[in-house]
Amino acid sequence: MWRAPSQRECCEIGDVRVLMTDWINVIVQGVLVGGLYAMFAAGLSLIFGVMRLVNIAHGDLIVLSAYVALVATQSLGLDPLTAMLIVVPLMAAIGYALQWYVLNRTLGDDLLPPLLVTFGLSVIIQNTLQELFTADPQKLQAGAIEVASLRVVEGINIGVLPLIQFALAVIVIAALQIIFYRTALGRAFRATADDSAVAQLMGLDNRHVFALAMALSLAVVAIAGVLLAVRANFDPTIGPARLIFGFEAVIIGGLGSLWGTLAGGILLGVAQAIGAKLDPGWQILAGHLAFLVVLAIRPQGLFPKVQG
Amino acid sequence: MNVRFSDRPARITFAIVAVALISLAAAPWWGGRDDLRLLAEIYAYVALASLWNLLAGYAGLVSVGQQAYVGLGAYLLFALTILLGVPPLIAVPLAGAIAALLSLPVAALIFRLRGHYFAIGTWIVAEVFRLLASQVSVLGGGSGTSLPVGIVTSIASSRQMREFLIYWIALALMVAILIAIVLLLRSRYGLALRAIRDNELAAQSNGVNVTRVKLIVYVITALGTAMVGALIFLQKLRISPDAAFSVNDWTAFVIFITVIGGIGRIEGPIVGTLVFFLLRQFLADLGTIYLIMLGLVAIVVMLKAPKGLWGLVVERFGFQLFPLERRVVLADRGAPPPA
Repeated sequence: MWRAPSQRECCEIGDVRVLMTDWINVIVQGVLVGGLYAMFAAGLSLIFGVMRLVNIAHGDLIVLSAYVALVATQSLGLDPLTAMLIVVPLMAAIGYALQWYVLNRTLGDDLLPPLLVTFGLSVIIQNTLQELFTADPQKLQAGAIEVASLRVVEGINIGVLPLIQFALAVIVIAALQIIFYRTALGRAFRATADDSAVAQLMGLDNRHVFALAMALSLAVVAIAGVLLAVRANFDPTIGPARLIFGFEAVIIGGLGSLWGTLAGGILLGVAQAIGAKLDPGWQILAGHLAFLVVLAIRPQGLFPKVQG
Repeated sequence: MNVRFSDRPARITFAIVAVALISLAAAPWWGGRDDLRLLAEIYAYVALASLWNLLAGYAGLVSVGQQAYVGLGAYLLFALTILLGVPPLIAVPLAGAIAALLSLPVAALIFRLRGHYFAIGTWIVAEVFRLLASQVSVLGGGSGTSLPVGIVTSIASSRQMREFLIYWIALALMVAILIAIVLLLRSRYGLALRAIRDNELAAQSNGVNVTRVKLIVYVITALGTAMVGALIFLQKLRISPDAAFSVNDWTAFVIFITVIGGIGRIEGPIVGTLVFFLLRQFLADLGTIYLIMLGLVAIVVMLKAPKGLWGLVVERFGFQLFPLERRVVLADRGAPPPA
């Protein structure tokens, strides 16, 4: 998480320049974190779009990916970005199996079963991680790259790692956009989302399509989880908050719009960064308030695509 | 021929329930301190689970953020007694009333979210409440505060009398909440709720004001949940944002209880609570493992027996403790039909 500077250098009389670069740094940090939130959101938005399922365990699966990456880096001596080559396919496989064996049974007209089953999963994942890895905070070490930064102009520095994360987020969302609108798989997703019964008549196996959607969602979750683990400390209990950030980004951006989730993530990141700058206790609250304001004045989100 | 709610088994169980309630009310004379504490906790969970069941099982408003109102009620109790000097036993219903009022603007916001997204919206509201509570420095901020001795002794001067009083209030509150829910479900709102549950669109086109009915249920649930929350923390005498707005304690357990007992039935939460506490007596030492097991059981129940344990009983024996459906009773089967 972004931290407020320990010294308040900003308040010297007449030192407007420092004050300004300070705020620009805050905004830039917020935008870059927003990329990560957009990735949380994209996975959530994807499965909601295809099968109207909101996965309450989404955040805990992000944390699970972080722990898988932790095990991979520690036991195989990989660096975090290489570890993604293991974590992403593994999480995708877990996603496919989870959908095929559990979640497909919950889908139907009734909203309750998928919600309650994913809620149960969330509690199970959280407590299993706690049992296996204790509640101690962990972090993935990425070496020298962690502290490297680019100087844009005097006083404004951008960390290399946050920049890589943001670039990855843009790439992931662009890739999802292409998969969704340019490939046969995406056509299957959209057909099933529009009318699953007719899609089935046309020869698509819904269960397989849903399982692929969950696999894709968890592949995105895996990337986000590894990036989260490099960025900050994590422990088994932080999943629900990641779910909430992702969800807020989805709603702020507008349901059903992938690029909207990026905008939503950035807005949320900036709101949190500004909140933290004002008072460290206000970081998360400022994000929630931004979400509630959007919900109050523009409930369809900034860039709506479908009416949810 | 007439139409009525009750039938003979229901009347028999009513008698059993009455006897059970009288002996529970007499618990201070036959039970020790630990018994009273455990029973009061059971009452709180029956009440919370019944309210969540009303919200999710009947009104289709699946909330995973009811800890918002448990915590709000608790914080209101502490604020009213410590800051305004309101007597604690008056502060409990007052906390409920204020929470009900506050639930209106909350509903105005989160009712914009449909179905699944509503669930996560409720969670965010709970988080906002928790974060705001930790900003209230007069109530100890993030680390919380204790109820001052003067306020505690104002309930009753002897500790024993205080514990008895709180025990009876907990029992009375649970009974009142259960009766209120049964009456609500037997009223025309209950009929509307079941119509909505079966088919929202059809209910709407038959003149049911769906949003209004859901709003009423949401506000009533907030009222009850906040009163239970206030009472729970009046017993604990200590509050902190993390305890008052705990997802595990006030939502995860409550959901698992309701799902395991049987969602969408009055009896479900009661049966679920008994199972929950029975399991807890044996497995509480396992800590996180206990939670994992509860989660697994809830998932299996949801997949294999979505109507819960009580649903299995009803399917097998066709009987209800609190009949909500009207039955047609032929007045006198032996006599010839009137000419």
